Amino acid sequence: MEEFEPKIVGFLCNWCTYAGADLAGTSRIQYPPNIRVIRLMCSGSVDSIYIMKAILEGADAVLIGGCHPGDCHYLNGNYKARRKIVLVKNILETLGMEKERIWIRWISASEGQKFADTVREIVEETKKLGPNPVAQRWNI
Amino acid sequence: MSRVGVFICHCGVNIASVVNVEGLTEFASGLDGVIIAKDYKYMCSDVGAQLIKDTIKEYNLDGVVIASCSPRMHEHTFRVVAEDGGINPFRVEIVNIREQCSWAHDDRDKATKKAKLLVNAAVAKALLLEPLEKSKTPVVHNALVIGGGIAGIQASLDLADDGFKVYLVEKEPSIGGRMSQLDKTFPTLDCSSCILTPKMMEVGNHRNIELMTYCEIVSVEGSIGNYKVKVRKKPRYVDVEKCTGCTDCVNACRMKGKVPDEFNMKLGNRSAIYMPFPQAIPLKCTIDPNSCIYLRTGKCGKGPLCVEACEAGAIDFKQKEEIVDINVGSIVVATGYDLLDPSSLYEYGYSRSKDVITTLELERLISPSGPTGGEILLPSSGEKPESVTFILCVGSRDETQCSWCCRVGCMSALKHIHLLREHLGTGVEINLFYTDIRSFGKGYEEFYRSTRAKEVNFFRGRPSEVRCVSDGLKIDIFDTITGKLFEIKTGMVVLVPALVPRADSEEFARIMNLTRSRDGFFLEAHPKLRPVDTCVNGIFIAGCCQGPKDIADTVSQASGAASKAAAILSKDELENDPMIAWVDPVICVGCGICVEVCPYSARILNEVTRIAEVDEALCTGCGACVSACPSNASVHKSFTKQQIIQMVDSII
Repeated sequence: MEEFEPKIVGFLCNWCTYAGADLAGTSRIQYPPNIRVIRLMCSGSVDSIYIMKAILEGADAVLIGGCHPGDCHYLNGNYKARRKIVLVKNILETLGMEKERIWIRWISASEGQKFADTVREIVEETKKLGPNPVAQRWNI
Repeated sequence: MSRVGVFICHCGVNIASVVNVEGLTEFASGLDGVIIAKDYKYMCSDVGAQLIKDTIKEYNLDGVVIASCSPRMHEHTFRVVAEDGGINPFRVEIVNIREQCSWAHDDRDKATKKAKLLVNAAVAKALLLEPLEKSKTPVVHNALVIGGGIAGIQASLDLADDGFKVYLVEKEPSIGGRMSQLDKTFPTLDCSSCILTPKMMEVGNHRNIELMTYCEIVSVEGSIGNYKVKVRKKPRYVDVEKCTGCTDCVNACRMKGKVPDEFNMKLGNRSAIYMPFPQAIPLKCTIDPNSCIYLRTGKCGKGPLCVEACEAGAIDFKQKEEIVDINVGSIVVATGYDLLDPSSLYEYGYSRSKDVITTLELERLISPSGPTGGEILLPSSGEKPESVTFILCVGSRDETQCSWCCRVGCMSALKHIHLLREHLGTGVEINLFYTDIRSFGKGYEEFYRSTRAKEVNFFRGRPSEVRCVSDGLKIDIFDTITGKLFEIKTGMVVLVPALVPRADSEEFARIMNLTRSRDGFFLEAHPKLRPVDTCVNGIFIAGCCQGPKDIADTVSQASGAASKAAAILSKDELENDPMIAWVDPVICVGCGICVEVCPYSARILNEVTRIAEVDEALCTGCGACVSACPSNASVHKSFTKQQIIQMVDSII
């Protein structure tokens, strides 16, 4: 059987984590290609629906990346994201899904290595979890 | 149905060596809604741009997807190309297949598969992208400069000479800042006040500069082109229109010689009513409410002597604090730095001995207008020192204090050595403890060499402790060059403390919406390419508030910030970024959550219609209101929920 390759959707803020991901590339730091990034202006604009939709469509993990606490380009969007993620995790848990598939990380524009390490970590942890069962149910 | 074209860039071999560009082009041309897909070696080149423009015309496209480098790199370039090609510039979507694909992955198949998914998602979004129009706001042709040190002075003069009205706000009673406290400047040994005073006078007399000393910023609202600023004018208790600057009141004051003088680093004393220093601009007296007997107790003898002494009748104890509103188009922040208080570092003995002083205190001792009239005397005994020892990097380059280099300490100590030799002759022994001598600027290395000829004992290392003994100070220093431990007996120790962010910088950053770097200094938009911009459009930074620097660097940065500020002011109107929030009035129920969520006060609940509105000049397009809106009435243009959800669908 082919090795399980998790599908990871990343919602990254334009100013910090997206720039950090760019820096990883500019510095030629290698990380697994499992992550597919959607650029948003701020982690605070991540709607709970985006995360739920990604999980329901079969993403094995979702990463929300924002600026470090206190460093948000829009003052406090990352705090809003943090609160929202807590809610989304609660919803997932209520529905009997694994909240461990949702990741939120603060990665600044200068932390290319941290971005690469984060992706690697998510891939490893998600491999332990196995494929998103929701996706398999859709496939019946 | 939209007609989208996909353009895939090889970026030389940067993309093409990892991603199968031909395969990707073939994949893209098969996607729904894609009319044509093309690849080219350098899409951002003139030829590539022409290819895009020609293809738009040939296939009558109304949207484009460009798979190339990061949108942070060339999004603007391609928007312009699309506009030249005849389509709305906001119907362009960039796919990042270089930084986030070909450069980060080396497996050709996996990278190509990822690139296909990214293109798929971008096409899904591009099909839904709406054409947007840029709105315009008029520009207020005034500037605000905050801080009246050399950075603020230079920025104000540059802006005023360009013909713009400048409000220069300074919190102290006089402009001049730290530079006015210096005696001489390195490496030329220019007299600081000789080069600064003419500039200060020019500021005072400039018809375009409105000087607001003894004032503080209370709040800043609005956005680039139109900031509304509230300034607190502290009461001087002196009518500046009447005060002639004669200082008769200063000499008459009952507190004369009893109040520690901040300008002289508390080495001397002043009166409760005082002139900060002889060259002060404006040359007006100020009453310090914390030490004035009349202001503290409500009476002063049989009547305040200053009132009696002032022939002009300028003393006015009834003055009250005022809030002044000003309206400006751009802002230069030049609020300067603090010196680290060395009393927090026990080993240097600053709090144990009067003869352990800082460089700024030595400046005041050397200055002819200082408390000793330019005589270098031991603060404890009033005698001339026989030996002076400099300790560099006090708190600087120290993991436990400030990790950064203060950039001026080495040079200022070398300058003092020149001045000490000038004032005290060859008889005095001079020691210098350093970590590294950093003489990086123009003419600095030469200055350092000339100092080495001044018979100075250089020790490389940091002392373990400054000890007070009966007849002076003793210091243990392990010299890492010779590998030997020395015990030095000396009369005076001069500490060169770290430059740190101002104590109020956190509060000030909050008022201005600025961000600070880890060290606490204000953060520039880009460390190399946008060194005077901040994350707030229209607000620029200059001088040591951004990080330690010397006078020459400060002045060039101030001129840079001023010209950036002037570039905004020289326009009649500014184009607003159209990728902001919008409210669908049919759906909005007027719950007001967006008003609470918006960090920029750009959301208003219309009292009449009970529908939320967006102030387009204030909205920065963060999207917080959109994800908070419970009824989906808020829309983030170019990042709509439908667009993002379509992307999610197509990316998995």
